[in-house]
Amino acid sequence: MRLVNLKPGRQVRFYLAGLPFILVAVAYLIGSHIRLAENPDDKLLPALSTMAEAIRHMAFEIDVRTGSIPLLSDTIASLDRLLSALAISTSVALVLGIMIGLLPGVNALMAPFVGVASMVPPLALLPILFIAMGLGEGSKVALIVIGTLPFIIRYLTLRVLELPREQLIKAQTLGASTWQIALRVVLPQILPRLIDSLQLQLGPAWLFLIAAEAIASDSGLGYRIFLVRRYLSMDVIIPYVIWITFLAFLMDAGLSLLQRKLFPWFASVRSE
Amino acid sequence: MSAIRFENVWKEYGDHIVLERITLDVASRAFIALVGPSGCGKTTFLRMLLGEESPTRGQILVDGAPLKPEPDADRGVVFQRYSVFPHLTVLQNVLLGRELQHAKLTGRLFGAARRAAVDEAMALLAEVGLSGHEHKYPASLSGGMQQRLALAQAIMRGPKILLLDEPFGALDPGIRADIHVLMKRLWHETELTVVMVTHDLSEAFRLATRVIALERSRSRPEELERYGATISRDLEIYPRRTAGARQVATIRSGQDDQATNGV
Repeated sequence: MRLVNLKPGRQVRFYLAGLPFILVAVAYLIGSHIRLAENPDDKLLPALSTMAEAIRHMAFEIDVRTGSIPLLSDTIASLDRLLSALAISTSVALVLGIMIGLLPGVNALMAPFVGVASMVPPLALLPILFIAMGLGEGSKVALIVIGTLPFIIRYLTLRVLELPREQLIKAQTLGASTWQIALRVVLPQILPRLIDSLQLQLGPAWLFLIAAEAIASDSGLGYRIFLVRRYLSMDVIIPYVIWITFLAFLMDAGLSLLQRKLFPWFASVRSE
Repeated sequence: MSAIRFENVWKEYGDHIVLERITLDVASRAFIALVGPSGCGKTTFLRMLLGEESPTRGQILVDGAPLKPEPDADRGVVFQRYSVFPHLTVLQNVLLGRELQHAKLTGRLFGAARRAAVDEAMALLAEVGLSGHEHKYPASLSGGMQQRLALAQAIMRGPKILLLDEPFGALDPGIRADIHVLMKRLWHETELTVVMVTHDLSEAFRLATRVIALERSRSRPEELERYGATISRDLEIYPRRTAGARQVATIRSGQDDQATNGV
């Protein structure tokens, strides 16, 4: 049988999915074991027990200096920045994306500008943001907004333009005004696609968050990683990276679930 | 219920002439079938009538007044595809016209107004044979059912003219025959003037009161660009068919099949 026709069953699929994870873990353990056998003080690939100790220290003990649990306060600080930035991005992008996609006049006015703006490397703007807005929360949120907004706008604009011409005509023959078309035809069909674009932008959003926190911050997951880097504390960095990955994965899965529950009609539209 | 008049209408895209010298009078309550080979401008003709495109020369009059240059509620339409909204259930699709009509700001009806509209929509759905499917999404309906829904949705808003762009072209023969019966009944029971584009001649002759063929009279390659299609045949169907012994939109009262006696 050809490889293209060999489809794994449910169970095989499950094991296959788990295999890369296990391979990475085993490779790490072997590497760690070899290095530690050579030098018990090696910090590069800490043993599981060392990491467990670091996790206990960071996640389950109150830091005497700040009076809070480091992992918890870092997570809250980072999520606060990330979520407020994404809330701004998505709500602005939703309005602009629909207007640029639906109204030819606004398209002529804004589409080229958004196209150019999305090419500006956001990290290059970071110094400007720090100079203009100071080192506070504002500049970090602004970086994430600037980094994600143009892409969500462009994505949504394209999705609006992709709606079949027939639908917009049909709505007009039912007497819909421009406002009603936006409200009853375009908006509800764009919302599930907004979730798509949000999922695509989660990666960049985390990237900008960590970058901003690494450069100038006194709290946050990115701040912590770059702080302990000075002491080569891989036993803290690795669990933190896994924790960040887990948070991002949860958001992605949550958005997928939200899309399925809120827009049950969308799956069949997408598979067309 | 509207008479349509084309006065020496031309449609050109740049140097390319698609339609030329189209002069046509369509009586109120007529059922016109527009036939012709593909690429002869049938769809362009319909798009002009819809207000989506405007004629390069000449003008189109509806009841003596120039056609509005954009689609409006006077002209309903059913396309071959994408005619219904995938994010709305069957019932919501039919309700939409009424909601857009009465709720300018929110586009939604509430309370008693909504209940009245729902009753009306349910009656209409029963009429087109979609009872029991009210809460399904269009994607889970068959092609024929989707087109029935599209018809109900268009008629709910009470247009004067109904434009059909190869609406039954993608359906199986059996299903197409059923929907022809429905289409005929709707034409009799409402006050519609119908213009249907089709490539199926038997469908055209079965349904229409008048069949109009569009064709390019010149077909040499160097002439194709500069000569558009014209009306090459204009056939009144005999014996003459006239719309609806039963006048006025009885469809709104949720009647049963008896009304087909006008055929």
